[in-house]
Amino acid sequence: MAQLTCSDLRLGYEGRTVLSGVSFSVDAGNYLCVVGENGSGKSTLMKTVLGLLKPLGGKITWGEGLRENEIGYLPQQTVVQKDFPATVWEIVLSGCQGRVGRRPFYNRAEKELARQNMEQMGITAFSRRCYRELSGGQQQRVLLARALCATRKILLMDEPVSGLDPLVTAEMYELIRRLNQEGVTIIMVSHDVAAAVRYASHVLHVGSEVFFGTVREYQDSDLSKRFLLPEGGDRA
Amino acid sequence: MIDQLKTYLSIPFVQYALIVGVLIALCSSLLGVTLVLKRFSFIGDGLSHVAFGAMAIAGVLHLTDDMLFVLPVTVLSAVLLLRTGQNTKIKGDAAIAMISVGALAVGYLLLSLFSTSANLSGDVCTTLFGSMSILTLTQAEVWLCTGLSVAVVLIFILFYNKIFAVTFDEDFARASGIKVEAYNLLIAVVIAVIIVLAMNLVGSLLISALIIFPAMSAMRLFRSFKGVTVCSAVLSVTCALLGILISILWSTPVGSTIVAVDIGAFLIFCVIAKIQGGIAK
Repeated sequence: MAQLTCSDLRLGYEGRTVLSGVSFSVDAGNYLCVVGENGSGKSTLMKTVLGLLKPLGGKITWGEGLRENEIGYLPQQTVVQKDFPATVWEIVLSGCQGRVGRRPFYNRAEKELARQNMEQMGITAFSRRCYRELSGGQQQRVLLARALCATRKILLMDEPVSGLDPLVTAEMYELIRRLNQEGVTIIMVSHDVAAAVRYASHVLHVGSEVFFGTVREYQDSDLSKRFLLPEGGDRA
Repeated sequence: MIDQLKTYLSIPFVQYALIVGVLIALCSSLLGVTLVLKRFSFIGDGLSHVAFGAMAIAGVLHLTDDMLFVLPVTVLSAVLLLRTGQNTKIKGDAAIAMISVGALAVGYLLLSLFSTSANLSGDVCTTLFGSMSILTLTQAEVWLCTGLSVAVVLIFILFYNKIFAVTFDEDFARASGIKVEAYNLLIAVVIAVIIVLAMNLVGSLLISALIIFPAMSAMRLFRSFKGVTVCSAVLSVTCALLGILISILWSTPVGSTIVAVDIGAFLIFCVIAKIQGGIAK
């Protein structure tokens, strides 16, 4: 059974449809890239899958013992976070909040988990540094470590490389690929079709036409040819 | 001057004023950090004007204990303001501005239409700027204030980690199963309570200062959430103490003196931050 199945979703805000006819499923260990032009409804889809928005139609089913709120989320940076006084440690630890339940404070196991994830993301050295003083790539690692504190089953990422320079972007993709190889399911919203084709196992293309299939199927489709070529040689 | 101070400190109502002042300063600074970071600074302002309006109505109705009326009304407005903040039809800041000036206008209108007092502008001035009302507290009021303050501090400590999570990233918190709406509601209610308490100290116009200044000052110097919270609490209590003592010694208005000390502290912190930044570079 798939970890996540979406059938015939209709998405939008306040009754206004942004995107419809979206069906796809994600198995454990998949690496799904959601691509599409700006305004095609990628972020709306993300928010709906996260449960922040209600779908206008269709159904989302979680499988394999995954609870609805057991998702690690890597959001785009918000304005609030730009000048937020918080240390890396405080932020990573806050990822465990979903595990804490009604307890007021974190226990030793949760602190250990946060420590391990920081180690894996290579940010242990910044533990006491202030989040807003870090570089873009370092900030993304912090948020990734926080997401891993929430779960190691499935990660949802919203444009994880936007605003990063090419070198850091490549590092970030590599980091995500390693996590995927360890068995973490990845769902990534991205406008970087070239990278999607390179790293992902499946592609969901949203917009006026909706496509879902493996990367191979996507490369053979007309949609990807139209999307990949006129962009000006990204993939040439 | 020391002797003069000693004499004053032995008077019960001065002691009451100091206790209440310190407690209110502590509570308001704790939530101030969250409010400033969530870009909710003006909710404090809006609510304080609502509290003014409610007080005017309570005065017109000749309620003996206006706290029983003002507190629920302010809490209710806090809840409503938060709701409209999430609704896109009326934007949060516009809603706050409307409620804020609306309550102020209606409150003053009611007072001038129905007030039996001979000194209307004096009454209004007292409610707006607090003036000396903190020096006329009864023992019961001190107890009520102490009780509510202890509750606020306890809530803050118990929910500290959740408040942090909700403040830093609402979407992530919601995605990992935290009941964000419930905590926003909790924050709003607590803020309403603090504002009603603080009306005694600085009056309804200056409450925002008590909430915002310590947090902003602490944010100049500290880089962790915990550091900012602790610093702003300590700073706020210190400023309140200083302000009350100065106002007693030189008989200046209590509220504005405290706020003036807060402003002074903010400027000092800015300068220190500048110097530190200069050294770091």
